[in-house]
Amino acid sequence: MRRNIITSDTRRREKIVGRYMQEIREIAKAGLSRRELLKMGLVMGAGGLAGLLGTRAFKPYWAHARDVFPFISPPNTPFQDALPIPPVMRPVTLNPEPTEHPNPHPAATERVPHGVAYVTGFTEADRPAHQRWEQFLPAEMYESIEQPVSNNFYPAVDGVPPSTVWTFVERSTGAIGPLRIKARYGEPVLHRVHNALPQENGGFGINKTSTHLHNGHTASESDGGPLHGYDAGQFKDYHYANARAGFASTHPETALNGRTVRGDVRETMSFLWFHDHEHDFTAQNTYKGLASFYTLASDDILLDTDDETTGLKLPSGEFDIPMLFMDKVFGPTTGQLFFDLFNLDGILGDKETVNGKIQPFLEVKRRKYRFRLLGGGPSRVREFFLSNGAPFIQISNDGNLLPRPIERKSIRLQVAERVDVIVDFSKARSGDRIYLQNRLEQISGRGPTGNIIAPTNLVEFRVAEDAPDCAFDVTKQLLALPDMNARIAQRRHWKFDRSGGAWSVNGVFFNEEISAFIRQNTAEIWTFESGGGWVHPAHPHMEEFQIRTRDGKPPPIYEIARKDMVGVGENVIGTRNSGEVEVFIQFRDWLGDYPMHCHNTVHEDHGMMILFKVVEAVQ
Amino acid sequence: MNRRHFWGGLAVGAFASAGVALIEPHSVPQEKKRFAEIPAAERRRNRFLNAVLRTHEGEEVRLYDDLIKDRTVLINFMYTNCIGEATCPLMTANLARVQRALGPRVGRDIFMYSITLDPEHDTPGVLKQYARAFEVQQGWLFLTGNKDTVEAVRRNLGFAYSDPVIDQDRTQHIGMVKYGIEPLERWAGCAALSKPETIVRNVFRMEPKRARAFG
Repeated sequence: MRRNIITSDTRRREKIVGRYMQEIREIAKAGLSRRELLKMGLVMGAGGLAGLLGTRAFKPYWAHARDVFPFISPPNTPFQDALPIPPVMRPVTLNPEPTEHPNPHPAATERVPHGVAYVTGFTEADRPAHQRWEQFLPAEMYESIEQPVSNNFYPAVDGVPPSTVWTFVERSTGAIGPLRIKARYGEPVLHRVHNALPQENGGFGINKTSTHLHNGHTASESDGGPLHGYDAGQFKDYHYANARAGFASTHPETALNGRTVRGDVRETMSFLWFHDHEHDFTAQNTYKGLASFYTLASDDILLDTDDETTGLKLPSGEFDIPMLFMDKVFGPTTGQLFFDLFNLDGILGDKETVNGKIQPFLEVKRRKYRFRLLGGGPSRVREFFLSNGAPFIQISNDGNLLPRPIERKSIRLQVAERVDVIVDFSKARSGDRIYLQNRLEQISGRGPTGNIIAPTNLVEFRVAEDAPDCAFDVTKQLLALPDMNARIAQRRHWKFDRSGGAWSVNGVFFNEEISAFIRQNTAEIWTFESGGGWVHPAHPHMEEFQIRTRDGKPPPIYEIARKDMVGVGENVIGTRNSGEVEVFIQFRDWLGDYPMHCHNTVHEDHGMMILFKVVEAVQ
Repeated sequence: MNRRHFWGGLAVGAFASAGVALIEPHSVPQEKKRFAEIPAAERRRNRFLNAVLRTHEGEEVRLYDDLIKDRTVLINFMYTNCIGEATCPLMTANLARVQRALGPRVGRDIFMYSITLDPEHDTPGVLKQYARAFEVQQGWLFLTGNKDTVEAVRRNLGFAYSDPVIDQDRTQHIGMVKYGIEPLERWAGCAALSKPETIVRNVFRMEPKRARAFG
């Protein structure tokens, strides 16, 4: 096939692709039947491709669209399937009992539901001993298995076969990911993760994994860093102290609402997630399904209690719904989940999935909901809107409560960023259909154009009957920010760059050496910098940070928050390049090696990551 | 809703084949029976152009059948007249260290390929001189070919930018080395200027059943 490569400027090319996408949207709007679309060649397949190239109206634009998507997924009928609600994992008793050092005993036989992988005899991967084991003996234990699962992203009506995905499966119940661990402050969690993935990968992915708890203030050996992966046939015990930062350093005890707890109450987190972080394969394995939710309740200080009758009285139970947004591509002739292995810029999909379904619906009652929104990558940035023009009440940034709620018409979310929003359906009428939409234009993995375009509907809310509402007060203060007056021990500058056509930090490509040794319990100022043309969502593990300045000025109000992600580069805010972000960050309580990387996982897997190591201060 | 299997699928045995069952024929209208599972061998083959290239020894080879199939490979692009950031000589020298570190497996089950971005200038003869200058050992081939073919191979292997202007600028070409264990369909990549021991470790880390160190 002759390729029609345009050598003009990018802007013109973007316009052409935009026109192409507009045309697709118009066809969809015109409501042509699938048969008609088939006739026009819009449904791919060998014949479809030929048909498309032979269809005059589309020919000029096809070459460009081909660069964006390797091919076009089979069409889907929207809003057929209900939004999957992530199953809450149930605490279990582990056999063998977890140990401070790698477990000397293999996994014992358990009665498991049909379809759950057989992991008897699996042994624990080598790892350093758990830090502060005696201090934080596990109160709740969970057990999951990474294994292949058959999942149909499409509704049955489309006739597309299910894809084989890799995901976390709860061993005792057979529940399938995305799962949800509901943890609580003051109750340390131990999560045993068995790797029962096959060598045969169906085209992409590797059966070696390292499960990272994103934003966890976690000891290095349980952090799930890129070099801590282990093989199929092994398990690992991840130990999460669920203690607030500062507990062994700056803030042994603090109090809120009359309750005294370990650590700084202002470091209380709410919404984390865990996903595979295996070196070189983070994008592939996460895209393949290894991602789940971890929510952290702070009922110990009567704050975010997971109970809408207490604390902040935030919507809870069935009214608290996490959503994992991942855009994907499916093979036109196989219907199978497809990953473009050789892409270097970043990967986009033409199908938007939420918790594993393309364009699902959610029946909602006429009251307030709490939605926890997570951009799962690999590379798409979204800007969320509600179709009825109603605002979101944003209560968190990166899953950490804001000082007070912010009303926003739209929210832009980088890869791996999280927000908790309150959406109020009480003013909608029963029978209304309201859509959660993305309106940010993005035509390459490099980053969004910044333009707000016609919407893509992600979730259809079907407003149903009345229900008693929660008493959450949107005018009330949520949680004050920690102060940033600690003595600054060091300043570091991290420049995200493309060097010689590869991804680098400070001109260095990821290697196993430590780029920064940091004294434990110190504070530093880090600057993240990126040139134009790209967006790099920066993410240091270990402790969250606060933005001091963005391009030398105070950040926008919604970024005056505790963050573990920050977008740096082109079109981060509006359509403007924001190339330099300075943050205040501390390294408290734990020791060991952690990564800092770009969370466009394609960039991360191709060098854009460094390791730092927190070491004991020598007196 | 059945919360346990809310994803609409049943967990399949961990070590079962990655294949999926098609939906029952009688439940699907005629026009929808167009999806077919691809056998792994076909999926692997379809991933690559099986283009004809020429080695620095003057031999005609096919990209997939002769070079990639059933092998562990490292692939990069370069050209002998690289003057932009002058990184090609550095990359080639670096990969020569990688070749030495990989040891006798190169040429046995691991193969290295450097494909020219300037096939009109880089004839097999020129590439042979270049290879000799870097003391390239057996198991590492420099490849050239018809201009359009080489361009198609470059795009096929993803040594391309989404920005078409930069993409056509040879002096800014992609300095990655991509490595894969083709029969296992494991593919990754890093900068060709990464530390040689990093590149070697990355390749070995993809191999199955290797005891991995932490640290």
